[in-house]
Amino acid sequence: MLFFARWKIWSIVGLCLAGVILSLPNVIPRPSWWPESVPYAAMNLGLDLRGGSYLLLEVDMPAVVRERLVNIQDQVRTRMRAGNIAILGIAARENAVVFQVRDPAQAADAVRALREIVTNVGTGGLGGGTPDLDIQSTPDGTVTILLTEVALRDKATQAVEQSIEIVRRRIDETGVNEPTIARQGANRILVQLPGVDDPDRIKRLLGTTAKMTFRLLDPNFDPNSGQRPPPGVEIMRAENERRSDGQATLYAVRQRVEVEGANLTRASAGTNPQTGEWIVNFEFDSLGARRFGDVTRQNVGRPFAIVLDDKVISAPVIREPITGGRGQISGRFTARDAQDLAVLLRAGALPAPLTIVEERTVGPDLGADAIRAGIASILVGLVLVFGFIIWSYGLFGVFACLGLVANLFLTVAALSMLHATLTLPGMAGLLLTLGLSVDANILINERIREETAAGKSPYAAMEAGFSRAFSTIVDSNLTTLIKMMLLFAFGSGPVRGFAVTITLGILTSMFTATVLVRLMMVVWLRAKKRQTLPV
Amino acid sequence: MIRLFPRLRLFPDKTDIKFMKGRFAGVGLSALLSIISVVLYFHPGLNYGIDFKGGIVIEARTQAPADFPAIRGMLQTLNVGQAGLQQFGSPNDVLIRLERQPGDDAAQQRAVERVRGALQQSFPGVQIRRVEAVGASVSEELFRNGMLALGLSMVAMLFYIWFRFEWQFGVGAVVTLLLDITKMVGFYVVADFQFNLVAIAALLTVMGYSINDKVVVYDRVRENLRKYKSMPLRDLIDLSINETMSRTVGTSVATFLATLPLALFGGEALEEFAWVMLFGIVLATSSSIFIAAPILLFLGEDKLRRGPPPGKTDDAAPATP
Repeated sequence: MLFFARWKIWSIVGLCLAGVILSLPNVIPRPSWWPESVPYAAMNLGLDLRGGSYLLLEVDMPAVVRERLVNIQDQVRTRMRAGNIAILGIAARENAVVFQVRDPAQAADAVRALREIVTNVGTGGLGGGTPDLDIQSTPDGTVTILLTEVALRDKATQAVEQSIEIVRRRIDETGVNEPTIARQGANRILVQLPGVDDPDRIKRLLGTTAKMTFRLLDPNFDPNSGQRPPPGVEIMRAENERRSDGQATLYAVRQRVEVEGANLTRASAGTNPQTGEWIVNFEFDSLGARRFGDVTRQNVGRPFAIVLDDKVISAPVIREPITGGRGQISGRFTARDAQDLAVLLRAGALPAPLTIVEERTVGPDLGADAIRAGIASILVGLVLVFGFIIWSYGLFGVFACLGLVANLFLTVAALSMLHATLTLPGMAGLLLTLGLSVDANILINERIREETAAGKSPYAAMEAGFSRAFSTIVDSNLTTLIKMMLLFAFGSGPVRGFAVTITLGILTSMFTATVLVRLMMVVWLRAKKRQTLPV
Repeated sequence: MIRLFPRLRLFPDKTDIKFMKGRFAGVGLSALLSIISVVLYFHPGLNYGIDFKGGIVIEARTQAPADFPAIRGMLQTLNVGQAGLQQFGSPNDVLIRLERQPGDDAAQQRAVERVRGALQQSFPGVQIRRVEAVGASVSEELFRNGMLALGLSMVAMLFYIWFRFEWQFGVGAVVTLLLDITKMVGFYVVADFQFNLVAIAALLTVMGYSINDKVVVYDRVRENLRKYKSMPLRDLIDLSINETMSRTVGTSVATFLATLPLALFGGEALEEFAWVMLFGIVLATSSSIFIAAPILLFLGEDKLRRGPPPGKTDDAAPATP
């Protein structure tokens, strides 16, 4: 183990130099002359170090399923009417729609008619997909339409992916730099916002589904009467409008949606030149413009409601037909309200409500403090460990310390190349690696000392020291590696950074402790031709 | 070679300490401490951090030294449940901990908003330096995953050591780990540290470190089993511990020194981690000698060395992988 071919020596030295060079981007900002094509890779700083906001959002899956079930009920009613099949008591039950055919003899016809609403989803099965609905009937005429497992999963994927798209658009509108938006697990979305230390506005934007609808009011029903509204009408609260008793104003809004927010193409905040009030200007696409034109033409003089997520933003009276597809919403907005509403309308509605299930926000100066504390700890730790090693092992201790420095550089270089994220626990990991990789050096040096004491020549002692210690080093490091992989697999956020730094640190320490340090010792021994070892 | 200063030897080169004599005392004491730890785990129990329990943590820096009664009073008017206030670092820094709010995840967010707003109103110029809010579903998941990581790593260790050594070694290592872990948990209770994700990382790291230690001693035992075919297992284990002692102490000291700065000025987030590591290093080192080795002796008395009593030579080589 003590012979090093020339090319090996150069590649070892080269690798260590590469480690130093590849670590540099972390301390030197990219120079202006640096060619675009050559990567200048540095570690990412985690949000806990650079400051920022981490949000974990959950897509409200039950709401998605509920909506799909309502949709199926509509389809059932239409099909049954078309097929002249009378039905009773249609209802949604956990992932299924159940109804009764009045004449049980018609159950088979009903099932046949409903086959047409089944579509294939997913990629499994022949012909690309599996049916999304499972329709069954019993002899007494009960028909059950069950959303299949595959359909549920497909729906979830769709909802999450659409939500991610919308979330991205909304966040982009706010001008946050380098946000990370990614799917996590089955129904969650991870959002990382570097540099955002007060995420209130973004939280508000993301917490709004922003389903906008234009509907007519029912002028014949008094929403304050306390009575049940007639079928097809619901009572809604106003967003910003209050009655004289301080409660939100109520409106009797028809359930039928005349025009949807999805038909909007443009939205922007502005002020009304006459009143100075904040408003949102919008524009419909051609379909929306036509419908809006029709509705306003037929209902001149009547009030209609602009509804956002089940709240009435404003309920103006239609003065004249609006055929140009343009309009404005005035709802007692503040400047911020108007701007946020414009952002929401431009970015589109979420397919389902999002809930923030986890938030971690760190201010930039706290992050800076953490970096300072981390660097100070690493430096002091280095000094303490180096002092101890050199005091214990003399010259070989110096070699070991050089190995540790190389180890640190190689770890940082590897983290940079991987674009890994350095977190606060990750910095602790860097420090701990130092302690753990000293172990290899101590094992080797102790072994050499033992072998020397047993009367071996310097070469033989070193040979035995390295080869015997090697299997121990591999065994002990492998156990730590297994642990860190588990931590990475099951941990989350900053703790993963810890697992990554320790893993890379241990891998590189195997190289520095057993190869680099050995090389230094061999070169020294050849040059000095000593009869005893400085152990 | 001229030596400018004497070499540091923390442990004499040649020792012959009969560690196995103290095996009953060692295992007994360890078992007792572990039992106490288990009792502590149930009463008063771990101080779970928000990662595992859910809840809200807000770290704020006020312009003047933090006025605790005023902050407490302000929180009471907000109806956000039991609040824990803690001062750390400078007198201007205050850490507010709130229990998980009843209701859904949106309730957490509403509470965060209320506290944030009220702080900014009551203490002009206040800096909100950190906000963490974890809901019920996430905390349950994080807890489950944390426990899974601990459990799986235990199983992985058992199989790894079993594969590399003999099953007695594997069982010895895992039993020792269990004893270590319970004491670590006890330490968390006594020190009243937050048991959170970082704690899982600390536990796993200490476990890794502890296993490291065991592997070194076991490795030497295995080597000596081959080298001294007739030595009684008990003497052989003693010899192996003595031989590896200076390495054990050296590595422990080095790791201890590397971790010490973190404990002293690593900041609020890492301090607890570092103290646990320091405790764990001492624990792992002692358990290698006083627990892992005796267990090997109990389990392996007749198995690892199918041999006659000391004095007679025997060439029934121990099975090695």
